Amino acid sequence: MSCIYILWIRQLKRYIRSRSRIVSSLGQPILYLVALGFGFGPIFQKAGEGSYLQFLAPGVVGMTILFTAMFNGIELLWDKQFGFLKETMVAPVPRVLIMLGRTLGGTTVAVVQGLIVVIVCTLAGFRPVNWALIPAAIAFMVLIGFLFTAFGTAVASLLSDFQGFQLVMNFLVMPIYFLSGALYPLRHAPPALEAVARIDPLAYGVDGLRAAFLGSSHFGMLTDFGVLAFAALLFLGLGSYFFNRIQL
Amino acid sequence: MISVRNLTKRFGDFPAVQDVTFNVKKGEIFAFLGPNGAGKSTTSKMLTTLLAPTSGSVEIDGLDPAKQGNQVRKQIGIVFQDPSLDTELTAYENIEFHGVFYHVPKRVRRERIPRLLEVFGLWERRDSFVKEFSGGMKRRLEIARCLLHTPKIIFLDEPTLGLDPQTRHQLWSQVKQLNQDEQVTVFLTTHYMEEAERVADRIAIIDHGKIIAEGTASELKSATSADSLEQAFLNLTGSAIREEEATSLDRMRNMAKMFRR
Ligand SMILES: Nc1ncnc2c1ncn2[C@@H]1O[C@H](COP(=O)(O)OP(=O)(O)O)[C@@H](O)[C@H]1O
Ligand SMILES: [Mg+2]
Repeated sequence: MSCIYILWIRQLKRYIRSRSRIVSSLGQPILYLVALGFGFGPIFQKAGEGSYLQFLAPGVVGMTILFTAMFNGIELLWDKQFGFLKETMVAPVPRVLIMLGRTLGGTTVAVVQGLIVVIVCTLAGFRPVNWALIPAAIAFMVLIGFLFTAFGTAVASLLSDFQGFQLVMNFLVMPIYFLSGALYPLRHAPPALEAVARIDPLAYGVDGLRAAFLGSSHFGMLTDFGVLAFAALLFLGLGSYFFNRIQL
Repeated sequence: MISVRNLTKRFGDFPAVQDVTFNVKKGEIFAFLGPNGAGKSTTSKMLTTLLAPTSGSVEIDGLDPAKQGNQVRKQIGIVFQDPSLDTELTAYENIEFHGVFYHVPKRVRRERIPRLLEVFGLWERRDSFVKEFSGGMKRRLEIARCLLHTPKIIFLDEPTLGLDPQTRHQLWSQVKQLNQDEQVTVFLTTHYMEEAERVADRIAIIDHGKIIAEGTASELKSATSADSLEQAFLNLTGSAIREEEATSLDRMRNMAKMFRR
């Protein structure tokens, strides 16, 4: 237990100490919010869909958590290359616990980033419809963070250097984001796009956030929750499996 | 304490370690002496559960590192050839992390950490980030850290690489003392002959993945009819110069440069 705790603390310390990372990782969501939120707003409104900013904000929060969590998982590569991973791997601690500690640390950092973006969105004019459902929104944020940190760790366990990292970003993370319905309503999407979203875990995350923040959802809040929880466990198992097989 | 039989490791077709057999008794200081690329680190990694052998068997205190990894890890302390510190943490945080990971009780940590940092001249710098440390300071911290949990066997992979004579002296006197007081078994690798001769009870000379001679320093000298261990070493391994392969850290630095453009 204390091992999980100290791994968690380590990630928080690293996060808090890298101020440049915090600032730069907030740039992208703000850009999306301003450029798309205000840029597409009038058209969205004309199409009879209401406020685009309201619709977009949960998507941008989901994006922030996706990117931060994936990055935290992939940070494993840094530890591999700079050698610190060896220190944890030769310690008498079951690798499952190391994996769990890292994942919880990454989750916490991702959720904190997500909460900061919620505040930024609120400053931009975003208003949750039902404040009582904020805890549900946070639960969804935790699930998204956990799922993608575990996913990032699994991927990083399989990579040996940074060449694979760009590949992962371009062919995995970006599609997960753009196809999740974070930016457009799945309800009116062509059936093919809607079908793809059904196998994209982030789609359920963003939909869950919309359910909690706005009271409207595409899949239904319970489905969102169930699918996310299942996927989170699946990726934790997968991550542990690959992590356990790392050789240095 | 360490028993190795016909140990082999291949990376693809390349045999890094070939059919290596040796024993280390409890309380012994055993040195692997060999030029760059001989297979010293690869052997250390297999002994310390980090790498699975291609074939052959290893026993550490009666346990198999490939199958009983966790039990083996409890018995051993390691200083790696490559850095293994978290540079974003302070010296104290690094060693504290180690203590928690090795289940050293808090009371023992509070007592031993200051003493070890003091011995290796790092107490004043305990709250500095490791990224601000020189190579020698990092090495000292790694060594102090490895001694924190009082292991039964310590593995030192080229621990004095890049250290000044003072720190080298400090390291070996600590290791010898630990060896005498607590019967700690020591497995070390080095390519400094005088170091192997001065510290080790027994030496195995390894080259191209094979052990080519084994014995005490004087046995090795008389076997090759050389006056010094250095001459014995050169007689056995030839005088061709070995290039050091780019380490992962070098590769990383190149990556970083590329990103910065
Ligand atoms: N992961 C690896 N993949 C391929 N070759 C490796 C790997 N690790 C080591 N080698 C090769 O195995 C040989 C022995 O390396 P090593 O054990 O590090 O030597 P030493 O520690 O004695 O300098 C070297 O030729 C090295 O290039
Ligand atoms: Mg080596």
